[in-house]
Parts: sequence; structure tokens; C-alpha cells
Amino acid sequence: MFDHDVLIIGAGLAGMRAALSAVEAGADVAVVTKVHPVRSHSNAAQGGINAALTDRGDDWREHAYDTIKGSDYLGDQDAISVMCREAGDEVISMEHMGVIFNRDDEGRLGTRAFGGQRQARTFFVSDFTGQALLHVLYEQVMKAGVRIYEEWFLLSILVEDGECAGAVVMEIRSGEIHVVRSKTVIIASGGLGRVFEPSTNALICTGDGMSAAYKVGASLMDMEMVQYHPTTLKGSGVLITEGARGEGAYLLNSEGQRFMERYAPNMMELASRDVVSRAEQTEINEGRGIDGCVLLDVRHLGEAVINERLSQIREIGRDFANVDLLHEPIPIRPGMHYQMGGIKTDVDGQTEVGGLYAAGEAACVSVHGGNRLGANSLLDTLVFGRRSGVHAAEVAKTKEHSSAVSDLSADGDRADIQRLLDNDSSGEMFGKIRREMGDTMNEHLAVYREQNGMETALGELRGLRERYNRVAVTDKSKTFNTNLLFTLELGFMLDCAEAIALAAIERKESRGAHTRTDAPDRDDENWLRHILVKHTEDGPQVDYMPVVITDWEPQVRSY
Amino acid sequence: MEVTFSVKRFNPDDGSQGSWFQKYTLEMDESSTVLDGLIRIREEMDGSLTLRCSCRSAICGSCGMRINGQAGLACNTKVIDAMRDDTPIMVEPMGNMPVVKDLVTDMSIHWDKVRAIQPWMQHSGPEPEAEYIAPNEDMVHLAGVMSCIMCGACVSDCTSLEVDKNFVGPAALAKAYRFVADPRDDADISRLGSLNEYGGIWDCTRCMQCVEACPKGIAPMDRIMSLRDKAIEAGFTNTNGARHAEAFASSVEHSGWLDETGLVVNTYGKTNFKEMIKLIPVAARSFRVGKVPPLIHKKRPGVENVQRIFERVENREKV
Repeated sequence: MFDHDVLIIGAGLAGMRAALSAVEAGADVAVVTKVHPVRSHSNAAQGGINAALTDRGDDWREHAYDTIKGSDYLGDQDAISVMCREAGDEVISMEHMGVIFNRDDEGRLGTRAFGGQRQARTFFVSDFTGQALLHVLYEQVMKAGVRIYEEWFLLSILVEDGECAGAVVMEIRSGEIHVVRSKTVIIASGGLGRVFEPSTNALICTGDGMSAAYKVGASLMDMEMVQYHPTTLKGSGVLITEGARGEGAYLLNSEGQRFMERYAPNMMELASRDVVSRAEQTEINEGRGIDGCVLLDVRHLGEAVINERLSQIREIGRDFANVDLLHEPIPIRPGMHYQMGGIKTDVDGQTEVGGLYAAGEAACVSVHGGNRLGANSLLDTLVFGRRSGVHAAEVAKTKEHSSAVSDLSADGDRADIQRLLDNDSSGEMFGKIRREMGDTMNEHLAVYREQNGMETALGELRGLRERYNRVAVTDKSKTFNTNLLFTLELGFMLDCAEAIALAAIERKESRGAHTRTDAPDRDDENWLRHILVKHTEDGPQVDYMPVVITDWEPQVRSY
Repeated sequence: MEVTFSVKRFNPDDGSQGSWFQKYTLEMDESSTVLDGLIRIREEMDGSLTLRCSCRSAICGSCGMRINGQAGLACNTKVIDAMRDDTPIMVEPMGNMPVVKDLVTDMSIHWDKVRAIQPWMQHSGPEPEAEYIAPNEDMVHLAGVMSCIMCGACVSDCTSLEVDKNFVGPAALAKAYRFVADPRDDADISRLGSLNEYGGIWDCTRCMQCVEACPKGIAPMDRIMSLRDKAIEAGFTNTNGARHAEAFASSVEHSGWLDETGLVVNTYGKTNFKEMIKLIPVAARSFRVGKVPPLIHKKRPGVENVQRIFERVENREKV
């Protein structure tokens, strides 16, 4: 058994930012991560990070309004205000830590335009902003000497007498199962993209922390709000940054029209992501697509802009679509990208379970509501990662370790794993079940949804759960057993998928990313509220929470 | 199309004797990558095949491995480019690191070396209230180096590291360059001082393997050469490497060609008798096979033209 004050699950931006602030607050901090920190999926954020800097003539209230409107008024306005107010300091402190942001002509931080915002307030490092931030935070975590349990995998969270007391984890390299006892735990394990197929998300985005927190009593909130990004590659689902449209790229249909003029005449290609994805899907459904895609065209931006500001997507086009963006448009389509929902927290990252925190994509504060603005996710990870770290460290100072936790606390997980290994090896492997889950979700819970389809998906998910109970783990070895690991991840994903389907069926209106063909309008009277999914002995239960409205009354949303 | 992979397997738990190659044949379409193939093998054919991979788009750096003998990323290597007539695509773990299982290596040698260069921003004096002011060209140049994803492909194929584990290696040195060239970092002198030691910038043999292997165009060797220039500019001239570079250039500048005897003497230092004595057997062997350079090093005709090239380069550097 290992003892630490604060245990953080995940070493992406939220996790490492939390670790740094918790260390600064004087806590003994450890991070458990299933991949090396610089392999985390924060890497994949391309376009930038939003902040309204007052010395640029911007105002955090403007940023807050854009975020609230972007959320289709489902975001909590108190939380959004915290995020937007603290954004400037967060970006500047990352710059001081060493992030190489692109500059303007005077050598100050430069900005680019991003979707759903009336000001260019997105700070960026070419088109690999997430990677640039992640590597710098890793440098800082090394400098601070934070203990990192690298390639260790979360199995479950420990709760004693209603208080979080640590976690059970598996050391992937040796297959050993350990108990890490801690006074507080921060879940910063990221999103659940692999629940869908295809997805822009990395293979590691399997909702581990969401599911583990859910199982110990934390609610999952806004789970029906799944973002489909407007520009992803067919097949693999690889992401093309919104920064391309921020720099001025066009979206064209098969007739060569900039079709966004019919959907968002003011903002055009830079409307909110849900709006653009719906427009593309409508074009495709009405026969103005090309082989299930529309086209993204950057040719008119010229070679210099493309090479300096969009270098990585030029590489991606070449490597993954056989297209040189300098010379031809690239076929793209909406693809699953981000989970707005997650573990319900307050603005300090606290969940409903004492001592258990969440931050980043795993959490739902809720700052994104029905639709996240591009470049607000990096901001979310840093602001709420930092705040969770500080709070969790302070609370840890007031607590003793739970005396009820011992090495025996891992016995339940050991037995579960043994049961999986004892299943008939000739049965089906995780891969087939995961694929079917992903296809079902992408068929029935994508850009357009309707009751029958969503119910079909829920029924199929329950059938997949039955099959999962008999899943075959063919690799029985102890060392680096990824076959076992992926099977465990699939268990987490099935929990998340069910919560998404349940919440989506529950919301009988269209709002943000949740668009129902059988209920096409927003219904503030009945549905201006959050949907929560709770785990109980008798299966998942649905509950509601009011949306926090402070200064901005809901209005009709157009771009 | 039909694709065959020959994958180097190793499992420390199976009690067998070391590694072996296993063939897998599958139907794939032309746009598929090597990683697509390996994922399908482990999901559909053989659940025990073990590799690291995550983002599938060359940004996380997880799937470094050797494909047909050269390190790179499986996710951005297309099968159609890796296929050679009828031979299977050969897939092996990275080199210069112990193998844990199949294609998974223990990369601690890589991470330890990165940590050793103290890879974090070091300012002197108080931080400004707003951001540091820095020229965009500098930042764009640095971003090109910072886009290193730490996949370890360069470390895998580094020929210096293969014979001397003390060498800091290409990835860590490229990372070091990123700080030395950053106008916001104030620790250049101490950084260059330690990089000038044994195992540092002078231990690169300029074999180019790291440049070939790097999937992100970082060109670590070029960064190492820039660090050498910066070290010499900063006054770190008391090394064999710095003296070698200086003596090489000066010989060509003055005579139009290389004075090989002078190069050796000047590299080790004119009064370094210990090293000179060690070289006697080499000199003797050279003499036997007729490879001794002329005792008197004469200027080549047209040396003025060479000198003009030097002048022009020096003037350009001043601008």
C-alpha cells in the first residue's frame, strides 16, 4: 500500500495542473496515469486556448456571454464566469512556465479567431497548442518532483464512511494490483470518445474515471451532450483543427457553394460547432455531399499561412487522406469529438462524494452546457485543474488517512479480474463488442437523434453488457497485458454509453449538440435544466438540477 | 490488398527462449497504416500482441517501433509504402532500449536523459506582469523544435548511444536546444557548460540516423550542431570537439585543404604528449599502408578563392 495526501488520476493538462497547484499548497501529491504523461490526449488539442485579456481591449464578460450562448444556455453561468475571469492569468502563467505561443508584430501573444466568438481571443502555438501546453506542464511537474506512477491503471475508487479514501490501481508492466491510500482523489482521466466509432479521440479515451466515480455515487451530468466536430476525416475520424476555419478556410458542398451562408449568415464557417455540424449533416443528407463528406478548402490562405499556422494539419492531410491542402480541398465530415458532460462538480472540482474531485473532460462543472466552444476545453482543464488541486490539498490537511483501507481493499478488484481471466477463452474478445457499441452510438446518438433510434441503442447496449460478462481474455500473462486492460476499459465504456443513451432519451427537446428530429425546438419551460444519471443497486436513475442563471437570460440563438 | 506482417514477439512470462518472428496476413485497403494492421491483429486475430499506441495521428508519440529496420511511428507509415515486393513488412521494437514485451520497450533511458538536461524554463530576475515580449520568428522557429513528441525514434536508431550509454542522445539534446535558443531562458551558459562535458554535444558522430528516423522533422542532429556553435560562441573552446572544429576550418581556410597531421595535433592540444604517444601505433599502421599525409602541408593553388568563401560566410554571419 502507498500513502499520499492527494492522489490524481490522469496526467493530461487537468491532472498535471492539479498536481502543480496541490504541491504548491504543500501537499504530498501522486499522479497515477495509464500512459506516460506526454502521451495524454490533451496533446490532440490543436487550435488554441481562449482568454479575454483586458490589455487587448477584451472583457471576460464578453467571453462569458459567447460561452453561454454557445452552450445553448445550459452552461452554469456562475461557473462560466469563474472560468472566463481566471482565463487571462492562466494563459500568462503558462507563458511564464515556457509555452511558446505565437506572437504578434510587437512580440506580444497573438490571437486567432475561433468559432462562436465575436472577438479573436484564441491564443495558440501553431496548430499543436495542446501538445505545447502538455509538454511544458510535464517539465514543471518534473521540476517539482511530483511522484508519477506511470503506466498504472485505475480499477476503482475507495470510499469509506462516505469519504473518498484512495484508489485501487494496476501496475501495467507487472500486472500487480496496488492500493494507493489518500485523503483526497482528483479524477482527471479525460473523456470517453472511444464509446463512439469513429471518434477523433485517442484510443486511451475510455471514460475510466467517469465510470469509476459514477460507481461510488458521483452523478454524471449533461451526458447527452456529445460534441460532433465539424471537420474530421472519414474513416479514421482524425481531427482537422477549427483553427483552419479561424484562419479563413471555407466549407463547400458538392456544388461548390459556401453552404454556411444558408445556416449562419453572420458567422458563416465560424458559427458554433453544433450549428456547423448540423449544417454539414443536412447538406450530406440532402444529397449535396461527396461520398458522405463536404469539403474544407484552405487554398486561398496561401502557402505561408498554411505552413506557419496550419503545419500539422497539412501533415495530417498528406499522411491520412492523401491530400495536399495547398493544392486541393480535403473531404471532411462531422465526427464525435468531445463529451460536454461528465462527473458533476462545483467550481472547486468537488463531486457529491466527500474528498472526491474531478477536473477536465472527465468533469462537468458545467461550463460547456449543450455545446463547447472551440478552445474552451484547454482553458477548462487548466482553470479547474488548478482549482481542484488547491482545494483537494487544503482539505487533505484537515483529514487523516482512513484506517479502514488496507491491501485487502483491492480484493474485490482482484476477484473481478480473476473472473474475467477465467471466462471461456474461445468466446468473443473485447474488440467485437467495442466495435458494435461504437457503431450503435454513432448510428443513433450522433448529430441527429430520435426516440426509436435511441431506444434501439439502449437495448443494444444492454445486450452488449450481457455479452461483456462472458468476454474472452485470451492473453493470460502478467506482464503488460493489454488484452486484459482493453477488456477492463470496455467495462468502463459500457457504463458511460448507457448514461449517454439514458440522458438523451430523457431530454425531450433539441438543445446544443442534442438535436432530435422528433422534437426540433428548444423548450426552456421544461428543459432548461441539467439531467443527472446516478448509479444505484437497482440500475441507473435519472435526476435533475436547475441551470444557474446569473446575468444572461436565455435568448433565441442564431449566428 | 493482402498484407503480411512479420512481427518480432517476446513475452517474458511464457517461459520460452527469447524472441521470435510471427507472421500475420490480412486484407487491408490501400490507405491503411501499419498501426491499423497491428490494431486489427490484436483485436481480431491475436489478443496477446502487445504494443503501445493511442492517438493514431502522430501527435502522442506512443507507437514508436522499427519498421523494415528503421525506427518511426506505425501510425503514419502506410502499408503501401512499407511493402517491398513479396517480403513481409518487418516490425520490431525500438533499439537502444530493453524490450518489455513484443513491441513495448522500457523507455526509462530516454526519459532519464531528457530529465538530465533540466528541461524547464529558468528565468533570472522577476517575471513580467504580462507575457514576455519575444519576436514571432524566434517563437515560430522554437515551436518547430518544441513539436518533438518524444517518441524515442531518434534514440532507438542513434549509433553513438548504441556504443556509449553515457551519451545524452538526440532527443534530450534537441530539447536542450529548445531552451538555449529561447530568449526567455537565462541559463544558457550553465546549460552549454554541462552539454560541453563528456557525453554531451561533442559525442554525436553526425551519422544522420536521428534525422532519418524522426517522424516530425525535428532534425535532432542539426540542433546538436547549433548547440556546438553556441557553445563555441559562448567561449567553451577547451574541448577536443571545439578544437577539432576550429582546426579543421582554419586548415582549410589557410591552405585550401585539410592538414590531417595538424588536425590531430591541434585537436588534442599541442602539448598533450600523452594523447600523442597513444597515436604512435596508428601512425605506424598508416605508414605501413601508405596513408601518411605529406609531412609538409603546402597551400593549394587557388586558395584565395577558398578564402573568399570564408570571408563571405563570416560577413553574412555578422549581418
